[in-house]
Amino acid sequence: MTPDQRLRWLAKPAAFAACSAPLVVLAFRAFEVGGLTLGTNPVAELIHELGRWGLNLLLVTLAITPLRQLTGWPHWLRFRRLVGLWAFAYVALHMAAYAVIDQGLAWEVLVEDVLKRPWITIGLAGFLLLLPLALTSTRGWMRRLGRRWQTLHYAIYPATALGVWHFYWQVKQDVTEPVLYALGFALLMGWRWRHARRRAAATGGLATTAAVDARR
Amino acid sequence: MSRNRPPRVPPSEITPPDVHAARRRFLQGAGAALGALAAAPVLADAQPTGMPLTFRRNAAFSTTEPANSWQDITTYNNFYEFGTDKSSPSRLADWLRPRPWSVTVSGAAEVTGTFTLEDVLKPHALEERIYRLRCVEAWSMVIPWVGFPLGDLLKRFRPTAAAKFVEFRTLFDPKQMPGQRLPVLDWPYVEGLRMDEAMHPLTIVAVGLYGRVLPNQNGAPLRLVVPWKYGFKSIKSIVRIHFAEKRPRTSWERAAPDEYGFFANVNPEVDHPRWSQARERRIGAGLFESRRPTLPFNGYAEQVASLYRGMDLRRFF
Repeated sequence: MTPDQRLRWLAKPAAFAACSAPLVVLAFRAFEVGGLTLGTNPVAELIHELGRWGLNLLLVTLAITPLRQLTGWPHWLRFRRLVGLWAFAYVALHMAAYAVIDQGLAWEVLVEDVLKRPWITIGLAGFLLLLPLALTSTRGWMRRLGRRWQTLHYAIYPATALGVWHFYWQVKQDVTEPVLYALGFALLMGWRWRHARRRAAATGGLATTAAVDARR
Repeated sequence: MSRNRPPRVPPSEITPPDVHAARRRFLQGAGAALGALAAAPVLADAQPTGMPLTFRRNAAFSTTEPANSWQDITTYNNFYEFGTDKSSPSRLADWLRPRPWSVTVSGAAEVTGTFTLEDVLKPHALEERIYRLRCVEAWSMVIPWVGFPLGDLLKRFRPTAAAKFVEFRTLFDPKQMPGQRLPVLDWPYVEGLRMDEAMHPLTIVAVGLYGRVLPNQNGAPLRLVVPWKYGFKSIKSIVRIHFAEKRPRTSWERAAPDEYGFFANVNPEVDHPRWSQARERRIGAGLFESRRPTLPFNGYAEQVASLYRGMDLRRFF
């Protein structure tokens, strides 16, 4: 097996399995397979777990560029779409569980929630930012959009920020967990900022950095 | 083969009766084994434990709705003194020593001082009341409490005319309540009622659950239950009762005054600033049952609405 084949036939399926594992576990818990359960408030648990995994995988997606820069191994990039699409899947399921199971698709309630409850509004906004990224994740769209593809996909930054904010805002009192997510996000963004500055210093101007970034 | 004619079965394909019976037995055994496997989590559900209490059932003050299981009621708790997870109170409950216990009574009353738990409880006959509990987080349960009317207890201290409110306080002892090591709320937990709310026959002091002594995670050894208000009003593990002239500032009011009011009456018309209170999720209803409408005063409007006549319930939420 060549390294490329190893990557394609072993590493990628493994990454796929790893990303889907939380969903499989959640399904087992939902249908109470093998003594697993979602606990006393299964609906809340399901929604929260799906949202949490959406955020987890968004942060993993954002960690791929720093990982590549830290390790010097270029192939991290080949996992980015896979993880990003799984993140989108969890966020979409999170929303579906809220709309269908929790609210029973009561449209008037859903509309009221989106209009009246800012934490739901920003959650939806985050999802709407991710939607075009998922749709344009194919090779064909990358080619068609060219340089603009990268610009469009910078939307993952505000989308993740909105997701973390959405989490922070819905917590009743103990904000420890959303604050940890915010720290993780800040760390990943801070890394990018530092890296861009270093590169700017090395190449002698921000304009060049932007051009280099856009080509990546 | 004709559709109308049944196929002929050769004798060699007919199962001998003893083999058939053996197969049935095998399948039954397998079925039972699978059943046992499926039932395992049910069997593993906690059954009521603790000292049985002597009490009478008060059907007039009880709902006929099916009560939540002991497991639900004792493992899904908001009791931030033991952590903010719903499951942490049941895990850390052993830290609390509910006996010996004492309650200090102070303020505008003729009888004040510190009383042992036994002195507090002694004169009161216990009764079971099955109440709905509506959490401010928009979930609800049905709980068979054992207790007695708070009014009967308060009268023994002979509150004076100056007493307009009663303030309650939870134990403050981070050694017994590890959640108090974190400044999640301004400890100790403080709650309060207007005097007429406190004297209302629906308001009880609970000391038991499902006919047993109250588990620690549910607020042992004594807690309040005010069924027409959001759950956070029903303060747990009470150590202090103070008769006050002025309205006490409660813990949740201090934490978020725009979100949690002093009255905290269950009201589907007045939303929490961040979520709707119009509908609630009944715990135990399962994954696929949708929310049910929340009733004004949690379904106790007939008994308590008159307490708030003429009040703007949007303002005094």
